[in-house]
Amino acid sequence: MFRRSRPANAHGFPMPAAPAAKTDVASYLSVNNIEVIYDHVILVLKGVSLQVEEGSIVALLGANGAGKTTTLKAISNLLRAERGDVTKGTIEFMGQRVDQRTPNELVRMGVCQVMEGRHCFQHLTVEENLLTGAFTRSISRADLKADLELVYTYFPRLKERRGSQSGYTSGGEQQMTAIGRALMARPKMILLDEPSMGLAPQLVEEIFEIVRDLNTKERVSFLLAEQNTMVALRFADYGYILENGRVVMDGAAQDLAQNEDVKEFYLGLSTAGRKSFRDVKHYRRRKRWLA
Amino acid sequence: MNWQFFVEVLVSGLLAGIMYSLVALGFVLIYKASGVFNFAQGAMVFFAALTFVSLVERGMNFWIAVVVTLAVMVVVGIAIERLVLRPLVNQPQITLFMATIGLTFVLEGLAQLLWGSQPHGLELGIPDVPIQWLADNANINISQFDVFAGLIAGALVAGLAVFFQTTRIGRALRAVADDHQAALAVGIPLRQIWAIVWAVAGFVALVAGLMWGARNGVQFALTFIALKALPVLILGGFESVAGAIVGGLIIGASEKLAEVYLGPYVGGGIESWFPYVLALAFLLIRPEGLFGERRIERV
Repeated sequence: MFRRSRPANAHGFPMPAAPAAKTDVASYLSVNNIEVIYDHVILVLKGVSLQVEEGSIVALLGANGAGKTTTLKAISNLLRAERGDVTKGTIEFMGQRVDQRTPNELVRMGVCQVMEGRHCFQHLTVEENLLTGAFTRSISRADLKADLELVYTYFPRLKERRGSQSGYTSGGEQQMTAIGRALMARPKMILLDEPSMGLAPQLVEEIFEIVRDLNTKERVSFLLAEQNTMVALRFADYGYILENGRVVMDGAAQDLAQNEDVKEFYLGLSTAGRKSFRDVKHYRRRKRWLA
Repeated sequence: MNWQFFVEVLVSGLLAGIMYSLVALGFVLIYKASGVFNFAQGAMVFFAALTFVSLVERGMNFWIAVVVTLAVMVVVGIAIERLVLRPLVNQPQITLFMATIGLTFVLEGLAQLLWGSQPHGLELGIPDVPIQWLADNANINISQFDVFAGLIAGALVAGLAVFFQTTRIGRALRAVADDHQAALAVGIPLRQIWAIVWAVAGFVALVAGLMWGARNGVQFALTFIALKALPVLILGGFESVAGAIVGGLIIGASEKLAEVYLGPYVGGGIESWFPYVLALAFLLIRPEGLFGERRIERV
C-alpha cells in the first residue's frame, strides 16, 4: 500500500536514463534503486541509487532525516538490527550482490561502517577498541601489532591515550578511535557517518585531512554522510544530495559546490546577498526540488 | 572472644561465599554479554547437577559423566540462545527477563521429567571433614571439602578473567557488552558470541551444580540458590567477574559472622535474611556495586 507514494517509475515505467548510463562502468560499490522500510510500515528510502568508484571519496549530503544514515546502514546491513529492511533494489560491491549479507560477512569483504556518534566501546581502552576492529581477521600477534602501529601513525594522539578507557577520551579522540577501529579491519571501503558531529571546526578539518590521507595512501574508498556540506564537498570527489529519501541531485563535488541551489539551500549563500527572513521563507516555499 | 572460633566462622563463611560466587558467575557472564538478567541460572545449576548424578547412578564413569554433562549443558545453552533469546532480539529488557523466568520452569520440569524428582546424594570423593593438620596444630576446624570448593572456584575465576581480558573472543565479549551496534559494525557476529556466552554459562552452572550438589544433595531446592546469588550480584556489581567473587566472599563471611555474633541478640536465624539487608544498604550507597561498571558520563 505504501508503493503509492513512490514516483512514477516504480509502476513499471522504464527507469530514467541517467543511472543506467552510469552503471555501464563497472562500479566498485553500486546501490541500485533501493527502498528501505522500517518496522514494516515506515518508508524511509524511496528509490536511492548511487555509485562509488574505487579509490574515491563520495559525499552523501542532505538535511536531518533525508535518509543518509539509512543509506549507509542499508549498505553495511546494520539495518536488520533496527528492524529495517531493504525491500526493493540491489546493492553490489565489487560485482557481488551484498544486500543479503550479514555485517560480519561485509566486514570480511572489506566494507566497514563508522557509525554516527562514534559508538566506541566505552569501557574498553583505546587500544582494545582498535583491537576489536581486527576481530574478523585471523592474523598473528606480530601482524596485529604492525597494524596497530600503522593506525597510530595516522592518529598519533591515540598512541598517547592507548591505555585510557575510551569513554573518558574527548569527542575528537573517540572519532579517531572509531575510524582507527574500522581501519584495523583492513577495509577497502569505509562508510563514514557524520564524522564532524559535535566536533570543533579545527578538529573537523583534522579528521577530514586524515580521511584524505587514508584515501590516497591506503587506497581506502569512502562514502561519507555529512551535514557539514561545505567541508564535505571540499574533500570529496563526487556528491549526492538526498531529500526525503530520494537522490535529488548529484555531480562532481566542485560542480555541486558551485551550484546556485546547493549554495542557497545547504551553504546559506546566495548571489542576491542577505535577504530578510520573510523573503527566504517565501522563496523556499515556492522553489523546491520536490514539489 | 575465642580467636580460633572466630577464624573458624570467618573462614567457613568465606568458603561458603565462594560457593555463592560460583552461582553468581553464571549470571554475570550472561548479563555482561547480552544485558539479560538470566533468572534461569539456578534452574541450569539444578539441571546440570541432576543430569550428572543420574548418569553416575546409571553406572557411568565419573569423568565421562562430567564430559557428557558438560556437552549437554553447552547444547542447552546454545538451544536457549537459539530458541528463546534470538526471536526476542531487540525486545525490551523486561520481556527478556520474563522469558528467562519462563525458562526456569521449563528447565526444572524438563530435568525432573527426564531424571525423576527424588533427591540424590552426590559424592565427589572429597569428604566434608575438618582438615586434620589444622585441627591438631591450631585447634581450628575447617572443612576439607570447603577448601576444595574454594580452590575450584578460584581456578574457574582466574581462567575466566584471563579469557575475558586477553583473548580475542573475550575482548569481543566485552565489546558486545558495551555496544551491540558498534560490535556489529566492526564485524563481530552477535549470535555466535551469545551462543559462546550461554555455553560458558552452562559450564559454570555444571561446576556450581557439582559443588552444591555434593554439599546439600541434588534436589529441587538447588534452584533456590539462585536467590542467594542476588545479594552477591548487587554487592559485587552485575558486570564484574571479580565483583561476583568479592561479593560472594563478603556475603558469605558477613552472614556467618552475623549469625554467630549478632544472632543471639535477636533470637537467631538471621543468616538467611542478613545478605538481603546488606544488599539493600548497598543499593542506597553504591547502586552499581563494588566493581560494577560505572556509567561513564562526560560533561
